[in-house]
Amino acid sequence: MSNYHLDYLEQLESESIHIFREIAAQFERPALLFSGGKDSITLVHLAKKAFAPGKIPFPLVHVDTGHNFPEALAYRDQLAGEVNATLIVRKVEDTIREKKLTEPKGKFASRNWLQTYTLLDTIEEFKFDACIGGARRDEEKARAKERIFSVRDEFGQWDPKLQRPELWNIYNGRIHKGENVRVFPISNWTELDIWNYIRKENIGLPSIYFSHDREVIEHEGQLVAMSDYVRVDENDRISTRKVRYRTVGDMTCTAAVESSAANLDQVIEEIIATRVSERGETRIDDRVTEAAMEDRKKNGYF
Amino acid sequence: MDLLRFITAGSVDDGKSTLIGRLLYDSKNILIDQLEAITKQTKNKEAGVVDLALLTDGLRAEREQGITIDVAYRYFATDKRKFIIADAPGHVQYTRNMITGASNANLIIILVDARQGVVEQTRRHSIIASLLKIPHVVIAINKMDLVDYSQDVYNNIMIDYTEVAKQLGLKDITYIPISALNGDNIVDRSSQIGWYDGKALLDVLEEVKIDSDTNLTDARFQVQLVIRPQTEDLHDYRGYAGKIISGVYKKGDRVTVLPAGTESTIATLEVAGREVEEAFAPQAVVIQLADDVDVSRGDSIVLSDNKPRVSNEIDALLCWMDEKPLQAGNKYYIQHNSRLVRAVVRTIEYKLDVNSLQQQPVEDGVKLNEVVKVKIKTASPLVFDAYDNIGMNGNAILVDETSNSTVAAVLLQ
Repeated sequence: MSNYHLDYLEQLESESIHIFREIAAQFERPALLFSGGKDSITLVHLAKKAFAPGKIPFPLVHVDTGHNFPEALAYRDQLAGEVNATLIVRKVEDTIREKKLTEPKGKFASRNWLQTYTLLDTIEEFKFDACIGGARRDEEKARAKERIFSVRDEFGQWDPKLQRPELWNIYNGRIHKGENVRVFPISNWTELDIWNYIRKENIGLPSIYFSHDREVIEHEGQLVAMSDYVRVDENDRISTRKVRYRTVGDMTCTAAVESSAANLDQVIEEIIATRVSERGETRIDDRVTEAAMEDRKKNGYF
Repeated sequence: MDLLRFITAGSVDDGKSTLIGRLLYDSKNILIDQLEAITKQTKNKEAGVVDLALLTDGLRAEREQGITIDVAYRYFATDKRKFIIADAPGHVQYTRNMITGASNANLIIILVDARQGVVEQTRRHSIIASLLKIPHVVIAINKMDLVDYSQDVYNNIMIDYTEVAKQLGLKDITYIPISALNGDNIVDRSSQIGWYDGKALLDVLEEVKIDSDTNLTDARFQVQLVIRPQTEDLHDYRGYAGKIISGVYKKGDRVTVLPAGTESTIATLEVAGREVEEAFAPQAVVIQLADDVDVSRGDSIVLSDNKPRVSNEIDALLCWMDEKPLQAGNKYYIQHNSRLVRAVVRTIEYKLDVNSLQQQPVEDGVKLNEVVKVKIKTASPLVFDAYDNIGMNGNAILVDETSNSTVAAVLLQ
């Protein structure tokens, strides 16, 4: 009997594939929200497995803030081609113009918060009833409480007090017209699980996940990439450092870490050794308040 | 490395959040920035002790009220295992959250306050553990520091609980005297409790045998989705995708599709796009049959010589989870894995007192958090096993067709 044993990565993979298939079966118009980061790349890989030998039965949707790393964009296009999926791109830039929104100001003016508007418009435009995201529960306290099938009202809002009980492996995706569900197939994976899986499955990543030379500004202990989107002040110290990214979001709200890790083994070694969390080390936007993520989720953020 | 899912149960002041915080902290799974954040929030900053409970309370209301409202999931790993903790509130009004958290657990840690001993809450948590057939139970007798690490206190609680366990038929019980606040017997054996010769909590979590928790004897599989690529080279491909619920399937196995009763043979088995000779629970697979038979989502494929029950008249225990009460005669959807059918709750036979296991008459509807025995009739048959025999093929949920809410956990009998 001992042959019939799954290790933890195989168990997580099986759980995620099961979730993907439930999405495809329960919803009319699902979409996979794709950011170009390692979590959404892993999602695409799992989706490919879930529907093999068929193709992924839903489009990849990218909400483009206009502040992306060019390496991540190039990777996005390449991957969509490889898996033969439809890629839908909607730009925050256009939402700002059409809705006359106010561009955020400041040194690292982030459009992260404005993404929600574009996302909700895109959901409405394509009548998506399920949006698949790569959020993990280990990332952040509010996420730790969210269900795998997370029902949102017609404003995209999450109500943490009105969550459906989620029992065993049974997922209830029934919704009223106008509502939609955010589904998180890798809820139970940790950052390290993702990296180990990427290594095991030999999944390609954008080059910025590995050590490279980059011009950065050092700001309150974090290294922010030089780009057209940050305001350089007189006292800023700009230097070229050997860095890699631990998460890939916008250039304005994701910080780099100093590192010479040039391959997966070295990156994983560093992550095991690190004493700072993923969001704490690299996300500039979460530092605002203790409940920053809870608030954004309540407003329709994914 | 394997995976252990466990739930912690305790009432408001039993120190559950502190225990989890301690487990994460002492096993070095808490990172600097997370620690800084809770250090900032700790209100009583006595002598460098941070409030580890703050690590787990995620929602603003929880932090404000200092209580846990909803299930939170926590993750940590040691060299031996990866762990998923369902951190569920213990108070009676949150029984549904506890059941949610317990539904996937291999093990439950029930916290007992050494000063209080076995109380009503302890019994309720144990009853839920026995209803849901959680295979392993750890009784963590906490706050030993407040009873001078007394062996007598520990022994008396153990004697009391042995009675409860016997009554409920709970097996594989481990008792550990701990102090979550001071870290006694959490990660390392405590020098304060020299008379205790068992393992520290983390050692128990790392070493408990969970392989036999998966049923590999009775083959059960339900179709989630039919995969038909309809491309030129896969023109006739028709694969049935799903997760093996229990047991083992092999290429060439003689199978029956239920509830229809059609027989066929397994032509191919695939795991994540790769063809295999055999597959087992809980692998996600795609099965192709040798014959062109009618199979759709929610149908079961089982070995022809080991069949589950097929019926549309079903006895079940319901754990009611909705504010709106259940009334006999009401219609719902029942979702059994991926099979969704209409159902009516025909009779409510009795209510199970979750504090005493006594059967009581039902007078005016079934309220939130109550457990009742019912008879259900479904519009088309379910293919199932009794929950007590094959848990993963004996569970279901009821969905209110007007609100779409999940209103009950169903244990099929």
